[in-house]
Amino acid sequence: MKTILTLAAVRIRITLRNKTFLFFSLIMPMVFFFLYGSVFAKGNPQAVAYLMGPVMSLTVMGTFWGLSMQLVTWREQGILRRFRLAPISPSTMIASSVLANYALILPTIALELALARFIYHVATFGNMLSLLVLVVLGITSFGAMGLVVASVTNTMQETQIINQLLWFALIFLSGATVPLSVLPSIVQRIGLFLPATYLVSGLQRAMLFRQNVLSLGVEIASLLAWAALAFFISTQLFRWEPEAKLPRSAKLWAVSTVLPFVLLGIWENHNGKLLATAASMLSDRPVENAHPPDRPQ
Amino acid sequence: MPNPVLQVENLVKRYEEVEAVRGVSFSVEEGEVFGLLGPNGAGKTSTVEVLEGLRIPDGGRISVCGLDPQKSPNELKNEIGATLQATSLPDKLRVSEAIGLFAGFYRRTRNPNELLKRFGLEEKRHNFYNQLSGGQKQRLALAMALVNDPRVLFLDEPTAGLDPQVRHEIYGIIEELKGQRKTILLTTHYIEEAERLCDRVAIIDHGKVIALGTPRELKQRSGSNARIEVRLARPASNGTLNNLESVKDVREVDGTYVLHCHRTAPAIVALVKHLETDNNELVSLEIATPSLEDVFIELTGRRLRD
Repeated sequence: MKTILTLAAVRIRITLRNKTFLFFSLIMPMVFFFLYGSVFAKGNPQAVAYLMGPVMSLTVMGTFWGLSMQLVTWREQGILRRFRLAPISPSTMIASSVLANYALILPTIALELALARFIYHVATFGNMLSLLVLVVLGITSFGAMGLVVASVTNTMQETQIINQLLWFALIFLSGATVPLSVLPSIVQRIGLFLPATYLVSGLQRAMLFRQNVLSLGVEIASLLAWAALAFFISTQLFRWEPEAKLPRSAKLWAVSTVLPFVLLGIWENHNGKLLATAASMLSDRPVENAHPPDRPQ
Repeated sequence: MPNPVLQVENLVKRYEEVEAVRGVSFSVEEGEVFGLLGPNGAGKTSTVEVLEGLRIPDGGRISVCGLDPQKSPNELKNEIGATLQATSLPDKLRVSEAIGLFAGFYRRTRNPNELLKRFGLEEKRHNFYNQLSGGQKQRLALAMALVNDPRVLFLDEPTAGLDPQVRHEIYGIIEELKGQRKTILLTTHYIEEAERLCDRVAIIDHGKVIALGTPRELKQRSGSNARIEVRLARPASNGTLNNLESVKDVREVDGTYVLHCHRTAPAIVALVKHLETDNNELVSLEIATPSLEDVFIELTGRRLRD
């Protein structure tokens, strides 16, 4: 445990010295925040409250970029080899990176909430405990997803490509940019297979309807299951050496990470109320037609 | 007799079709500096990385400090220190952070600040890793390898790619460690390094140990390359020198006779006797002992750096 903490502390410092990281974890979320708050919500407190779910989701989801890129770079440059000489395990390396991520992302989330209160006068954040649980689970699970991506890719370029594909699917089909209910119904149904959809919807319901952790059970349980599975798979597929061969089964394992959300997606498509809730939240808190912002390069 | 710190028996390591290590055996005693000398791709690094537990052997038996690297990796890692080829640290990691971080990983540790002082990195302690020169990076790597006060130290090509001045600086450090009776396994393709630093050397080529012994033994064993260069008062009659005991072959180069001989001592005695009976005189005599390079060429027909 001590090792994980020491390693996490050093990783936080290294990351803070990295300009790319500052861009993705602080500047980009702030751009989203002000774009959503001032342009789409026109500063209307209720509309801002509605959009805080998407804004926080984008901040949380961004974590998978940093983690996957760092792991791949460290492997490519032979940094992991040096760590491997010391008595530390893959799970220590992975746990420390997720832990470092909390320390790096939670302040940004806090800043977003503070700005929402003081600039846009959002009166309430709903159920704070639910928000915290969802944000922490989101950081864990999207971070773990980044580590799974890093374990099946070999170079920075490959990682970038996969990250872009995932990022676009996650932000456009989940309600994080365009509200779910304005999307064609087939796209909405595809969205039900994405973890991001449950994160956005959970955060919005916690904020707008003050839903507690129990009533957000499905969202929380599925993110938890996903985080655990992705974490487990990333420790199994962890490679210290750039030339280490990827077993043929590895990509299958990596893909199996989607299992919790395939099951949840099927269930939601048949029985769920998520789409109806999303529609009612949008109509209760009307927002101007939102044009989706692209991820800056 | 004490157990050797390192024991390697018939080690085999394959990469797909390529057999990089083909039955290597040697053992290293406590306090010994043992060198694996060979050209690039000879199987030195593979051997060392199997001992460090970084690679899984395909055959043979190994023991490091009495441990099997595959069965007790964490025990092993607490006992060994190493510098690797092709390794790095995060660019934005400070020198003091790097050594402090690694000190935190081990059960037994040495004071990181003292290590930095000893390796001349005290003034660089706040520098980022990417601000260090090649020599400074290598000194940091050595300091980090010692942070757990290891029983055995693996140095994989510790001076490769460094300029001569820095190389001698690293030699000094290794000699100091040798003076403290550290057990060291080092790989190198520099003859000078092996001759200067190692108590014993295994010459490795194509994944096999082709010679093993102290540098002196190896050179003596390679009798065929020992040369005696003599200048005489009067020219020697052709062919007479050739018939002397132990002498294999004689050539004359600008008035100097170069005698290639199996063993130098009997050849010199025979030469002096011959000159006395021939009424000739010795003007000068030089014995050129073979270097490990000569040994290598003799054993493989190639130069080391080819």
